[in-house]
Amino acid sequence: MSLAEPAALPVAASAAPRLRLLKRFLGRFKASLPAYLLLLPSLVFLALFTYGAMGRVFVDALYQRATPKAPIRFVGLDNISAVLADPAFTGAVINNLIYAVGTAIPSIGLALLFALALARTHAVNSVLRAALFLPVLIPMVAASALFLFIFLPNVGLLDYYIGRLLPVLPNWLGDPDIALSAIMVITIWKNAGYYMLFFLAGLQAVPEDVMEAAHLDGAGPFMRFRHIILPELKPTFLFVIVIATLNAVTQVDHVFVMTKGGPSNSTNLVLFYIYQQAVEHYDIGKASAATLLTLAALMGLTALSFRTMANREGGP
Amino acid sequence: MKLLDRLFKDAPLATRNEITPKLGFVLTVLLAIVWLIPFLWMGVATLRPASDGINLMAELMPSLKPTLDNVRDAWEIGDFPRYTLNTMIICTGILLVQFVTITLAGFAFARLDFAGKTLIFYLFLMQLMLVPVLLIVPNLSLVAQLGLYDTLTGVMMPFFASAFGTFLMRQAFEAIPTELEDAALIDGASLLQRIRHIYVPLSMPSFSAFAIISVTSHWNDFLWPLMVINSPDKRPLTVGLSVFTATAEGTQAWGTIAAGTLMVIAPLLITFLIFQKRFISSFVTSGIK
Repeated sequence: MSLAEPAALPVAASAAPRLRLLKRFLGRFKASLPAYLLLLPSLVFLALFTYGAMGRVFVDALYQRATPKAPIRFVGLDNISAVLADPAFTGAVINNLIYAVGTAIPSIGLALLFALALARTHAVNSVLRAALFLPVLIPMVAASALFLFIFLPNVGLLDYYIGRLLPVLPNWLGDPDIALSAIMVITIWKNAGYYMLFFLAGLQAVPEDVMEAAHLDGAGPFMRFRHIILPELKPTFLFVIVIATLNAVTQVDHVFVMTKGGPSNSTNLVLFYIYQQAVEHYDIGKASAATLLTLAALMGLTALSFRTMANREGGP
Repeated sequence: MKLLDRLFKDAPLATRNEITPKLGFVLTVLLAIVWLIPFLWMGVATLRPASDGINLMAELMPSLKPTLDNVRDAWEIGDFPRYTLNTMIICTGILLVQFVTITLAGFAFARLDFAGKTLIFYLFLMQLMLVPVLLIVPNLSLVAQLGLYDTLTGVMMPFFASAFGTFLMRQAFEAIPTELEDAALIDGASLLQRIRHIYVPLSMPSFSAFAIISVTSHWNDFLWPLMVINSPDKRPLTVGLSVFTATAEGTQAWGTIAAGTLMVIAPLLITFLIFQKRFISSFVTSGIK
């Protein structure tokens, strides 16, 4: 008894701070509980469809099944190398790069032009803004249905009004050399009005007194644009470029409705390739590998743009 | 929000003073007309009688004998009332659940202090970067495992939580003065009562902005419902229209395609024309995330 007592003391001494820590932790947890309960509904769905999905893509990319009913088999990085060796995938990546650059530059350029021309609040301008914004609201599938007729050989809208002036009537969607550009036209038509909104918002931040001073100093519209407006719009540019890049990878409904990736894979884009692998070929392994590669590329790009934006201090 | 107010204010005086040379304005007017041509064709082709023949199909001048035959045909071939109903169920279902999830989470981020706040905030931020459209393959297998393949619930579920909506509501709630809540607290109002009676009613503009963005984007969704839905009677408008277009394209019934397209896009376009300012400001907000 007398021996046991001093032995018990050090135990109690070392347990006390741990107990206090536990108590503090429990207290903090208890105080945080209402917040956790409020966040729970969102976190459940995010866990299932965002973080869980990320994890599943990662795991699924490591497995393969020969047929839909065959047992799954661990194949390591085979799916990744199979996708990278698939000319259809590399072709889709190249198409997507061309598509991204070829739609982003014209639609951003047009958006800037529209915004500069329509910056002034005026009844006519708001009608024009609405006209340019309308395509943003309609489903890509509906836009595709309209453009199917516009690009229809011989009798379509384009050939009826302009094609007749050309020496040879091209088959807009049937010619592998032209089809991707035709698809790009729809995207530009659909997105320019959307990006215009951000430039309109950005233009409102141009300081009036500086513009006025430049005007008094005899700076013409071009000089004022180059030296005052353009620097002010830098964050808007960066932001719109990120959105345009994301759009280029995520908008494929027109490919689905108009060309199914053809003729001879000339309009195949990465997301459509993923869809084909998963739904048409039941190859979840390959589809997941392609998804993983695309996600990695996109996240790298987003991180890069965030860093650039942070460095420039104060993005949109 | 200050940005929005500025958007609708007149441009600064100096900026107003010829922001683009006149040539730029003329070019914009011409392009705005070009931008409307597909819509114009849709309207004209919808009313064009089949007797005009395929060679006049591209004519933008309306026919002298307008007819509603195309509308009737489109109505009979595609089950548009059913598609519209499905789309409305999907959009409403998503929106109602989102309202609950984003209100609760938005409040937690705006007003409560809790352990791991930054970490959880970043977890939400991840959803903005991960681009849900790209996760269709794992999400389809999950939906199938949950027994929700070929159900409208399966179409809706991945969108029940919205990081963008959460951030929007967080911003709105932060702007509400705490004095209002303190008064309710003294009256003995519980947490949920305070959210319900103080925060929600004072944040209606943010809710309506979010509603516009959410409904517009899910009204137009295509690839995801296409993958989840198998039964023809569960198709939303976009999937219905794509099947309808593929069928009618084979028979060269372009007037019918135009009529079908018109039916699909009319509801949203009419709503836009009525609430123009609201729409545009919501779209700007969505970009400011």
